[in-house]
This record gives sequence, C-alpha cells and structure tokens, in this order.
Amino acid sequence: MAILVDEHTRLAVAGITGKEGSFHTLNNRSYGTNVVGGVTPGKGGQDVEGIPVFDSWAQAMEEVQPNTAMIFVPPRFAADSILEATAAGVELVIAITEGIPAHDELRVYNTIKRDHPGTRLIGPNCPGILSPGKANVGIIPASFFRQGNVGVVSRSGTLTYQIGNEIAQAGFGCSSIVGIGGDPVPGSSFVDVLELFQADDETELIVLSGEIGGSAEEEAAQFIAENVTKPVVAYIAGFTAPAGKQMGHAGAIVSGTAGTAAAKAQALEANGVRVGRTPTEVAEIAVDLLPV
Amino acid sequence: MDLLEYQGKQLFAKHGLRVSSGRAVTTVEDAVAAAGEVGYPVVVKAQVLIGGRGKAGGVKLAGNEAEAREHAQNILGLDISGHIVRTLWIEHASDIATEYYASVLLDRAEKLPLVIFSVEGGVEIEQVARENPQKLIRRHVDAFKGLSKREAVEIATEGGADEDVVEGVAEALVALYEVWSEEDATLAEINPLIVTPEREVKALDAKVTLDANALYRHPENQALSDAENEDPIERRAREEGVQYVALDGDIGILGNGAGLVMSTLDVVAQAGGAPANFLDAGGGSDAEKIKQAVELILANDAVKAVLFNIFGGITRCDEVARGLIAAFGDIKPTVPFVVRLDGTNDVEGRRLLQEADLPGVHAAATMNEAAEMVVALAAGNSVGAQS
Repeated sequence: MAILVDEHTRLAVAGITGKEGSFHTLNNRSYGTNVVGGVTPGKGGQDVEGIPVFDSWAQAMEEVQPNTAMIFVPPRFAADSILEATAAGVELVIAITEGIPAHDELRVYNTIKRDHPGTRLIGPNCPGILSPGKANVGIIPASFFRQGNVGVVSRSGTLTYQIGNEIAQAGFGCSSIVGIGGDPVPGSSFVDVLELFQADDETELIVLSGEIGGSAEEEAAQFIAENVTKPVVAYIAGFTAPAGKQMGHAGAIVSGTAGTAAAKAQALEANGVRVGRTPTEVAEIAVDLLPV
Repeated sequence: MDLLEYQGKQLFAKHGLRVSSGRAVTTVEDAVAAAGEVGYPVVVKAQVLIGGRGKAGGVKLAGNEAEAREHAQNILGLDISGHIVRTLWIEHASDIATEYYASVLLDRAEKLPLVIFSVEGGVEIEQVARENPQKLIRRHVDAFKGLSKREAVEIATEGGADEDVVEGVAEALVALYEVWSEEDATLAEINPLIVTPEREVKALDAKVTLDANALYRHPENQALSDAENEDPIERRAREEGVQYVALDGDIGILGNGAGLVMSTLDVVAQAGGAPANFLDAGGGSDAEKIKQAVELILANDAVKAVLFNIFGGITRCDEVARGLIAAFGDIKPTVPFVVRLDGTNDVEGRRLLQEADLPGVHAAATMNEAAEMVVALAAGNSVGAQS
C-alpha cells in the first residue's frame, strides 16, 4: 500500500496546456502515473501529447472519470478551479499553485468542508505526492526516492528531498511523500496525513517536516501522543527566523511569540517525538529506529 | 504586508470606523501646520512598524505650537528598535473614558475568521490572555456569512462593554470585520478602542496586515507599505520578484525552496555563524536568476562569505553552476563562496565549477560540511583545497 496516490490513480490536470503544467504532467506520466485528461477552458478538444483536454471539470468527469485532480493554474483562477473539480466529484485535489490569496483559501477550505466533506484537498503551494514505484502527482523529483517503509509529510518541498535523499542513501525507501504546502490555510494538515500513515500497512516510520508559523506542528504533537503508535521523527525549520518576517512561504512567519520553531520542537518532544536538529540528524534517527 | 498606523486608519475610515482626524507628515514644518489644522491639543505619533513606540518616546501630547514643534523635532529621526521614524501622524487628542481591545484575524488552527474583544484595552493582548483570560472573548465567525450585527452585539455584551456603548462597540466590530474581509487583511486590530467622555467609540490605534498575495485585487493598497523604512535590498528584491529577507549577520545565504533556506540558516547558526540574509532562488532557477541573486546578496556590505546550498529538484545544478560562473564574469566578488550542489544534474554542475576554477569558490559535499566551511571562511580562516 501507500497513501493517496498509487496505481489506481486516474489523474486530470487543470492548467495542462501551460508550460509548467504540461512539463510536470508529462513527467508524471513517464513515471507511470495514469494521466487521463486535462482541463483548460477554451481548449477542449485539443490534446497534450495524446492526453485529451476538456473545457471543464464536469466534462472531464463525464468523459474520463478522473479520481485525482492536479491544479496548476495561476493564483487568481486556482480557487475556482479547485472548487470546480470538487463539485465535479473528484475525490482528491492536489493544488500546486503558489500565491493564492488567504481569503480564497479560507473560502475553498470551508466550502469543501460544508458541501463536499468526502473530498480531500492537498496544498495549495505544495510539491504534490509521490508514492515511489506507484504514482507521482506533482513536482517531486522521483529519482531521489525508492519504494520502502518510511512515510514523509512536509510543509516544504526541497527540504523533503534533502531528508528523503539522505534516507535513501542509507538504504531505505518511502511509502509515500506528501507535501502539504507552505500556505496559511492548507487543505490538509499534518494530522490528516498522520492518520493515513498510521493506517497504512506499508508505512513503519513517519518523518514529519515542519517549519515556523501557525500551530499545525503542536496539533500534530497532540495527535501523535493520542493516536499514532508508529515511531515519528520530526524536523522543524526556522529556529533563527526573526519574528514578524515572512520566510518565503506565506505561512512561515513568527507572529509575536507564536509559531516559533523552539515551541514546536518542544511540543513534539514533550509528546515523545524525536526531533533532529539538522536534516542529516533526522535521517540518522530515522535509520536508527527503522527495523533492518 | 504590515501597514503603518495612519494607513490602517485610512482603511478604517473608508469602512465607517470612527477615527480622529489627522495628517501624515514628514517634516517639522508640516507637523506644525498639521497640528494647527486639526486643532490643539494634538498627539504627535511616530509611524513605525514596531511596538513600544510610547515607551521609546515616540508618542507625545502637544498643547500648543511650541510643543508640537519640539516633539516633531525630537521624534523625527528617532531610532525605535532599529526603525527610524520618517513619518509622523498628527491627530487631534482624544479624551479617554475607557479603553477596550478589538481584533479580527485569520485563525489558522480552526481555518475560520476569529473576532477577539476585551474590555482590557491599551495593554498587550497577550498579557491579558495570560493574566486575565476571562476578560477576553473569542468568537469564530461563519466564513460565508461574516459577522452580523446581532453577533457583534452578543460579543460586546458578553465581553462586558459598558451597556450604553454596546451598540457603538458592535458597530465598530462589524466595520472592523468589513476591513478584514473586504481589504483581504489577515489581521485588523484596534488597541485601544476607546470610549470618550461623550460616549463615542473610536479607534485610537490601528494595526493592519494585508495579504500580499491578494494585492492584485486592491491596486489602491499597493502603495501602502513602509517603503521609506524598508531595507533597500529587500525592496530591490521585491521589485525583482526574489524572496529575500535581510538578517543581521555576515554570511550570505542562497538556497532553493523556502524550507531548505530556513534550514540552511539554522545549520549555519549551529555551526557558529550568523546569516546575513534569507534568499530563496526558487524552483527552476536559471543562470540569469542566479546572477541576479548573487548581486542582491553582495549588495549587503556586511557579507564576508557566501553559502550556496542547492538541492536540485526542478532546479538543475548545472544551471546554478552556469549562473554562478556568469555572475563571476560580471561582478568579480571579493568574498569567498562555498557551494554545495546535490540533486538533479549535480555531477555536471560540480564538473562545470571545477573546470571554471573560480577564485575563492569552495565545493562542499554535504550541507553540514558546507556550513562549517562558510563559517570558517567568514571568520577569516582558510579551509581545505579550492574546488
């Protein structure tokens, strides 16, 4: 098993006709992901290297029945695209787009919660999900990962590759790598993904990579203490970040005394989670704890 | 994007919140003229994006022209925790009977708008939350319906507002919610929200944070930043579309991906160094972008050594290497560089760097090793062979 994306994934991509969208869609297809279509209003009837393009999510649903949507459209159109895919009945929506206004994210999150509670949104502003050997949806470079028993969930893309690569070099692989994104209102939180990894047979250890801002790591710590029996190793980025400065990600900001890396690491450690001080140390702890 | 008090008050007034009339000025003469126009007594207030202005001597009452002149002279140019006062807000002084607190913010944990009200205004709200949590009322608001007048009245009543101003406080809360939702703010705060002896409810201060990602919907708000006090390199980076944050150390940092850059700052600090900046070159950085980033980093004179920490995903290490080589062709850096390239096309990237044999550029195999090397170089020590 793996979580969220696998050999049963039927992917359609909003923004497939754009430069980035087509590049990554084709990359995902070469990896083996079953890409069934794309959505670009006004370009229905065209194709991208044989992948049919539809004018709307409703039409894509009727013609090719995607169960997973990837959103690659520019920020000002992304919220509506996510909601359109959701309304068409897609169960899993993965939003890569960076720069969506926070109020739009709030509207998207609460609309899905109210009208489509069965739909899961990952992102926005995330690198997507990779289940090595099964499917890749997003922009995670698959070559650094191999199939295995470590589940990774992270707010950051490149940091995930850094940690995942060190784990791979030590001879271990991953069940799934899930980027939940760096925005203030992510569709899915650490807790949502931890719950999936806890239930996943293939996953034997979980790596959680967090950063400054918000309280998602503190909530994860509480959840782990109460619900997760698998070992969890964590990393928190941003110990040296000054208060009040947004560090790249829209959600990565220490507000007053809230959202500091120190508080997050402390909350995790107080709940029995080992926290590595460098990405290398995280990989070392993970390798230590893994059954050989 | 944080707004100065007077900019926040302009947004408040636009949405019907009561504020004192005032003028924003940048010179002593204009301050005196403004004081005459709004009428004595006036308050001369430093406009800076940092708390503790009052304690630092940045807020003064003036009863006449001589006092207004003296205060304006003293406050303009004042350094408040590193923020130089360049703008003053001159407003007619208000008589205060009572001080409340009100804010609307995005609650990231509940993913809902949150209204906070307290009758303990004029002090830090964190302090009230710690010492008198029962004096603070927090109410989540339906994300679609917004804050109704009826809910606002409930909040004011439950929060303990004086009975005769419940209506006025509720109106202020509804207007504040409107500022938050219609201006795409992530925070709209009034501290204090005052009641005058005439029982008028008024915003005496304003703290507003706008969502930079939503500015395209509010072209009129784009100019509302603390441009004069913005770090010049940060401003240049913003204009060039580069994620750059100025820090106070001497080691320039470039990485790709916000998380990896934050992590790089931490690892450098653990190795005993002090980063001079955060710079996320982003995904898919091409040679031109890398060159531009190097120029930004070196625009800071404090930088004594630079660390490139790249884990190539979409970013290709050979492109980064080409960018660095091109940058050296144009700008001849005089400080040493440590470069760690891993990930997509790393072998090719390292080969290019080795062949180019750039002066003062050192290759590192891992992130930790790179951090140790750059810290040694910034301290003036030598490290092993060059790349």
